[in-house]
Amino acid sequence: MEKIESSADSRKMLDKITFDLTRSIVKKDELTRFWFFILIMFAGVGVWGWIVQIKTGLGVTGMRDYVSWGMYIANFVFFVAVSLIGFLISSALHLLKIKWAKPISRVAEQVAIAFVALAGIIIVMDMGRPDRFLNIFLHGRFASPIIWDVTVITTYLTISVLLFYIPLIPDLALMRDRMGHELPKWKMKLYTVLALGWKGNAEQYKTIYHALRVLMLLIIPVGLSIHTVTSWLFAATLRSGWDTAILGPYFVAGAFVAGTAAVIVVMYVYRLRFGLKEYFEDLHFDYMGKLLVFVCLVYLYFNINEYLVPGYKMKAADGIHLKELFEGNFSVMFWIAQGAGLVLPIVLLLFNYFRKPLPIAIISSVVLISAWVKRYIIVIPTLEHPFLPVQNVPENFHDYAPTSIEVMITIFSFVSALIIISVLAKLFPVITIWEYAEDKGIDKKYLSEKPIN
Amino acid sequence: MKTLGASVGVAGVIGSSALLNSCAKIEANTGDKIKLLTSSGELVEVDKAQLKPADMPSLTENQKRGRQGLPGKSWVMVIDLSKCRNARECMKACQKHHQLRPEQHHINVLQMQDAEHTAPYYMPKPCQHCDNPPCTKVCPVNATFKRDDGIVLIDNERCIGCRFCIAACPYSARVFNWFEPRDAEKYAGVTYNIEANVPQKRGTISKCLFSADRLRDGKLPSCVSACPNGVYWFGDRNEDAVTNGTTKETTNFSKLIKDNAAYTLMEELGTKPRVYYLPPKDRAFPFQGEIEQEHKS
Repeated sequence: MEKIESSADSRKMLDKITFDLTRSIVKKDELTRFWFFILIMFAGVGVWGWIVQIKTGLGVTGMRDYVSWGMYIANFVFFVAVSLIGFLISSALHLLKIKWAKPISRVAEQVAIAFVALAGIIIVMDMGRPDRFLNIFLHGRFASPIIWDVTVITTYLTISVLLFYIPLIPDLALMRDRMGHELPKWKMKLYTVLALGWKGNAEQYKTIYHALRVLMLLIIPVGLSIHTVTSWLFAATLRSGWDTAILGPYFVAGAFVAGTAAVIVVMYVYRLRFGLKEYFEDLHFDYMGKLLVFVCLVYLYFNINEYLVPGYKMKAADGIHLKELFEGNFSVMFWIAQGAGLVLPIVLLLFNYFRKPLPIAIISSVVLISAWVKRYIIVIPTLEHPFLPVQNVPENFHDYAPTSIEVMITIFSFVSALIIISVLAKLFPVITIWEYAEDKGIDKKYLSEKPIN
Repeated sequence: MKTLGASVGVAGVIGSSALLNSCAKIEANTGDKIKLLTSSGELVEVDKAQLKPADMPSLTENQKRGRQGLPGKSWVMVIDLSKCRNARECMKACQKHHQLRPEQHHINVLQMQDAEHTAPYYMPKPCQHCDNPPCTKVCPVNATFKRDDGIVLIDNERCIGCRFCIAACPYSARVFNWFEPRDAEKYAGVTYNIEANVPQKRGTISKCLFSADRLRDGKLPSCVSACPNGVYWFGDRNEDAVTNGTTKETTNFSKLIKDNAAYTLMEELGTKPRVYYLPPKDRAFPFQGEIEQEHKS
């Protein structure tokens, strides 16, 4: 971008950018209140469901001795998967110097933080004895993949929060300096504290660039680890359908599909709701659409390997598992996951028209739902078919069906993630102002100027 | 098994709770004498009124010794499939001993058919107490573990209920306390005994323990003793001797498994089970009824 020569132009432009990007923070309306009211209500119902579950035992779920992991674990895998997008967009694409992805990185980090935080909570909700949570630290055994998962998930959450916060500091200072008259006192206080006395000199920017670079490099192994280790929770067992060497990369590829779709949906909502047409441009949706096709193709490749190779041989236990997926009890879910979640986006998004904001937002929603269904059929069918026959147990031990308590708690996880994203969007600009201004050719010195009026 | 006799003394006899209850009430000598074997091997006579319950080890002591196992032992089980007629006395005795709900099985008698045209048979399936256990590997808190005497145990004071071990076990040997366990109120104040995994606790795992508490007392596991048909042999691999729970006959372990072409379940998985099966050849009882077709692999 060329430098804008006139300082008046620069100031004017910066004022406009700041105004546009902080509109979401300043704006107060009934719809926002209603949105939070609905979310908190559903979250409340979920908390009540959890209390019932703690009081009665995990027996209130549809899980039993054979299918001992159910919707919670499927949901956990989905949440970890979606959170992986933070690593792809705000680190991998940044390091590759792909410019168009810059304004999206904060959205990606919001999604990453919300989903990985909830993934941690879901796993506690699945525990038979959540009161003994601390045993993981008191008696942790490093040979167990669960301990690896706890380690990488907390690390990923920490790095993601830092990747969200550090580029936010100059923005916080900007709001601290400019927005005193528009915002309530507590918000201004929050910005002042969080801005850490930012002055905006060259040295401070250097520190930020340096820190971000280190974090972006650090998050690559951690990001790959969170989903690889999550896949090992399954791959480390001897069960048909899980016992494959391909599970790690297969999960990572699937995670990029789910995460890309989630970011597209959030981008679309922000564009519409906060009037950010000039910021989340058609071009961004177009590129994100192409990215989605690319990750879908990679995932398709892994799917073909995952199902075709054992399907060709049909070994005894594998055969039962695959038949259940292809034409048995889980066939509807299986073909939805493969058709709507993979083939559909690949085919449709090849056309320009479908990469326009609205069509791609709809397609992404379908992809996201299919991705959840996919996690369900990764977890449950395998457990329904152990090596030895299921006998001398009540009927409900044979087939798993989630109960209303499980549905409530699962909904809780979704609305809680939405609450986190919404709160972040109402507190902080959804696009990094200073980065955006810099890309538009505005010199950094204008950022730390106090407005005259 | 005979060497265990040393510890069968006082503790073994007064283990019966009925006796304990009666002697708690009587203060003076009753004149009723009872013969007891002391730990040094002497036979002594004691008045019933003098009997007092042996001090139960504290929880930490119990957990500590439960993790160590019985020194020098290496427990094995041999299940003779030709003798099983699905009497299910093993299942009943086991559920009673470990305070299990009716749907919970530490040992489950399965109806098996290996291939399409082969003869069906009954197969009791306890925990295989693998020497390469997939379950203990994945436990995040070391709540399930393998002791030196070969038994895989669970510490339900530590288990967090993640159920990773259930997913890891290819033999479906583990059960979970989805609800309040059976008779939870009755056993509310009882100190936890890691070697029997009682009282059971809600939100934790349970499974077959080879009745480790009975082994400590020199008895055979509950299922082995309860079998009316001579299906089970149990003993110490180090001694190379196993005892039949029904006939009480003791024989040479290696000879028994060699002569009868014993095998282990799904040995291709590399779990190295400690439970050996003798093939259902020349069956003593015919297979009754229909084999359950569903969920067979």
